[in-house]
Amino acid sequence: MPQIKFSDSTGQVRSVEADVGSTVMEAAIRNAIPEIEAECGGACSCATCHVYVDEAWTEQVGGPSPMEEDMLDFAFEVKPTSRLSCQIKVTPALDGLLVHTPSRQG
Amino acid sequence: MSESIKTDVVIVGAGPVGLFAVFELGLLDIRAHVIDILDKPGGQCAELYPEKPIYDIPGLPVVTGQELTDNLLQQVAPFQPTFHYNEMVEELRREDDGFVLRTNGGITFHTKVVVIAAGGGSFQPKKPPIAGIEDYESRSVFYAVRKMEAFRGRHVLIVGGGDSALDWTLNLQPVAERVTLLHRRDDFRAAPDSVHKMRALAELGAIDLVIGQVAELKGTDGALEGVTVKTSDGGEKAIACDAMLPFFGLTMKLGPLANWGIHLEQNLIPVDTERFETSEPGIYAIGDINTYPGKLKLILSGFHEAALMAQAAARHINPERRIVFQYTTSSTSLQKKLGVG
Repeated sequence: MPQIKFSDSTGQVRSVEADVGSTVMEAAIRNAIPEIEAECGGACSCATCHVYVDEAWTEQVGGPSPMEEDMLDFAFEVKPTSRLSCQIKVTPALDGLLVHTPSRQG
Repeated sequence: MSESIKTDVVIVGAGPVGLFAVFELGLLDIRAHVIDILDKPGGQCAELYPEKPIYDIPGLPVVTGQELTDNLLQQVAPFQPTFHYNEMVEELRREDDGFVLRTNGGITFHTKVVVIAAGGGSFQPKKPPIAGIEDYESRSVFYAVRKMEAFRGRHVLIVGGGDSALDWTLNLQPVAERVTLLHRRDDFRAAPDSVHKMRALAELGAIDLVIGQVAELKGTDGALEGVTVKTSDGGEKAIACDAMLPFFGLTMKLGPLANWGIHLEQNLIPVDTERFETSEPGIYAIGDINTYPGKLKLILSGFHEAALMAQAAARHINPERRIVFQYTTSSTSLQKKLGVG
């Protein structure tokens, strides 16, 4: 099962297992990862599961869709590496993915 | 505005569960007033996922959040509930044999029973995590425009790229001394017509359009003097302004209900599973806001809770009353209430 690593705003890293086909947000919620709220439950409509994809992974993960880009307008401190974790599907190729969580979702 | 309303029941929250509570109470001849902080019914279904399909409503293999809301409105129509939108309940306290409930819009309810169907809490504006922003709130930083006149002659910075940001840019431009619109990218998801008008004003030099994100606020004692903006190329830019309006959408906060004297557990309201009553007799809690052993945050659970709550609330309102259990399929009296008999 692919491992996803969440590095929080203090730099603490938590590694969790994620099912292929699920989303990075679901892996976070299932494992009570702090700094991910996911208020809307994965509908791409709240921007409270905002993460920064680690530079080493941005190419592999890819960029946001236009709808996700619109929703990122509701997030804070958006960077070029910003994604909504509910829109990142876990694949075997993402084993070891590192994402950073912001100190506040809203 | 101040208005006083006397009623048997006030439902706090017009989401699917609050709406179905209108139905179940209505079958027992109890008319409801429903309060919601949003400007429309449906709660999260309408605000967060109106277009998203829901697959676990019994009898409806697939239904969108908006369709479910519309169906529920149709279902409760015979019971003529009174809706109070854009109102947040600020205060709830006991009086005589009931409760007084006061909203931020100045409406006072005197009610025998309160049903809290507040879901994840109240939708409130997201506040940007900029250091020290609290010091400026209500004097220089505002999350809503109540009176446009308050911005006459001011240098207003509007932040965001959606309809609220664009609408207020267009509305405040003739009133304010200067309007600057700040957005993180040169692409706006607001209504195309508003975007078009905004761009025309920017070209004329009637407003300033800046692409970037607020990094720092400058000012003293809550009086804003300007902001530092990080531009997309990594540079910094100073914008002079004495008022800032950030529009970053809504988030759910527990809000004032934490101060109503009801026992809470981890921001949820514990209830019993017979009456769905809170620690305060006469105050019920149904839907996502409550908790009990085995609780599932599902709309269907909320519907069940609404039905049982209604029975208990009817007895609370009139302890002498004998309630006869009836089916809508066969009871002529229920059918009459539904307008189908």
